[in-house]
Amino acid sequence: MDLEPNKKFVVPIGPQHPALKEPGHFEFAVDGEIVTGATVRLGFVHRGIEKSAESRTYVQNLYLMERVCGICSHVHGTAFTIGVEHLAGVTVPPRANAIRVLVAELERIHSHMLWLGVAAHEGGFDTLFMYSWRDREKVMDILEEISGNRVHYSANVIGGVKFDISEEQRGKILSSLDFLEERTRHYLKVVNEDETFLGRTVGVGIMTREQAESLGAVGPTARASGVERDIRVDAPYAGYEQFPVRMITDTRGDLHARFVVRIEELFEAYRVIREILDHMPEGELTARVPRRIPAGETISRVEAPRGELLYYIKSNGTDMPERVKVRTPSLCNWGSITSVAVGHKLADMPMLLVGIDPCFSCNDRTITIKSAGVDLGWTWEDLRQHGIEAYR
Amino acid sequence: METKLASPWVKVIEGLKAWARINSPWVIHYNSGSCNGCDIEILATLTPRYDLERLGIKIQGSPRHADVLICTGPVTRQSRERLLRIYEQMPEPKFVVAVGSCGLSGGVFHGSYNIVGSIDEVLPVSAYVPGCPPRPEAIIHGVVALLESLKQPA
Ligand code: SF4
Repeated sequence: MDLEPNKKFVVPIGPQHPALKEPGHFEFAVDGEIVTGATVRLGFVHRGIEKSAESRTYVQNLYLMERVCGICSHVHGTAFTIGVEHLAGVTVPPRANAIRVLVAELERIHSHMLWLGVAAHEGGFDTLFMYSWRDREKVMDILEEISGNRVHYSANVIGGVKFDISEEQRGKILSSLDFLEERTRHYLKVVNEDETFLGRTVGVGIMTREQAESLGAVGPTARASGVERDIRVDAPYAGYEQFPVRMITDTRGDLHARFVVRIEELFEAYRVIREILDHMPEGELTARVPRRIPAGETISRVEAPRGELLYYIKSNGTDMPERVKVRTPSLCNWGSITSVAVGHKLADMPMLLVGIDPCFSCNDRTITIKSAGVDLGWTWEDLRQHGIEAYR
Repeated sequence: METKLASPWVKVIEGLKAWARINSPWVIHYNSGSCNGCDIEILATLTPRYDLERLGIKIQGSPRHADVLICTGPVTRQSRERLLRIYEQMPEPKFVVAVGSCGLSGGVFHGSYNIVGSIDEVLPVSAYVPGCPPRPEAIIHGVVALLESLKQPA
């Protein structure tokens, strides 16, 4: 046995591990029980989506972008279509915008409930996991009812949306919302009152406002640290101008605050959905969009369940984009883990990890840093070769 | 030293093993590059509405305990080696279920530079569950179909 006193003991976790359903590799340096350093290695699900987008048409790309992430597929579609519509100079009919917001908020409900369950599971609270996933099925039913699919609902088309909300569906959504709202109240009570749960969350993983700002945290993770940052409020897109949301923040910055912020956001989502269903604008669902998109470049931002999602699209006047760049919220939040983890017990790591609601499928990408004067554009062949070499 | 049993015993023991395997297979799940959609549906099969465990199927974390590998997503270059390693760690006999269009053909990511291809280009697959993503019922059906096929004497 090595008893050298200064030697660090490193606990590797992943990429295949029972806690998270996606591959990521972590290394925690520990001193006894206490974590003294943490590193993350991502990249196991890098599929090369941005490059693939350059050889697909805009319509094909819409479906590709939805598949960046299965949990928040609608916001990816929305961000992409908003960008393309902006380039094409098309105005989306108000009814389509309202339906986009409706689906986005339904998606937020499903995502937050999914997260609540997984987070509770990491804390060893499987009862809450089962309850929240049971109730989440209600949202999945609504999504399936209106779109025909449980996960990739594909609500967007370039220029509008694909489906309408009928009177009958409206009634179903409203009655499901009543049920969900009642359940959510119960969850809030559990999260605020359960002794063991409080013991594992209050004062754990505190990220101050300054830290959150300097680490570039986004979404509920940042809002739980008191950072007022929500694209739905700061720069309303789609129908959020007509159906404004209230920003939920908390100043405590610990794990408990992250739970509370997300659960409060659920109530806000229920309210917005009811509002939309009561004041649904009349009119068309789609606007005509030319197949060739005029040359230009644009940036579109939307608020995904996990935070700000940014798309940059550059068009060269053909029916395929020249460049699509995706910046997803999870990647911005990763930095907070590695610095917040230090000083905590190893046993708190799973909960800290899920505290940011991590998602791997959307943050695995390659980046080359451009140095002055050298063109580092990669062709398809270069990338393939690089991939083969790197993982031989 | 190997003990040789008389053939009727071998038959009984083999029958018993097959019976146990079919009635309580342990499953491991690996995401080799999927978009997450398939994974959340697999997780949904564990939860009260679908409750896979009532069929004796248990999802657990270690490849060394697993009989069935449920694999989602296209195989990316980085995860290929991991996938193989997990498969090698599983005890015989082992089976692979590929879930989702991506696992079957590469799906929307087909042809991308970082994709090796479908799961069956890397591992022998026993059951395919198509869909993007497949419904939880379909995933359960896939696993049950695999178990049914084991009932036939090989
Ligand atoms: S089949 Fe569909 S849901 Fe499943 S991993 Fe592929 S894109 Fe995602």
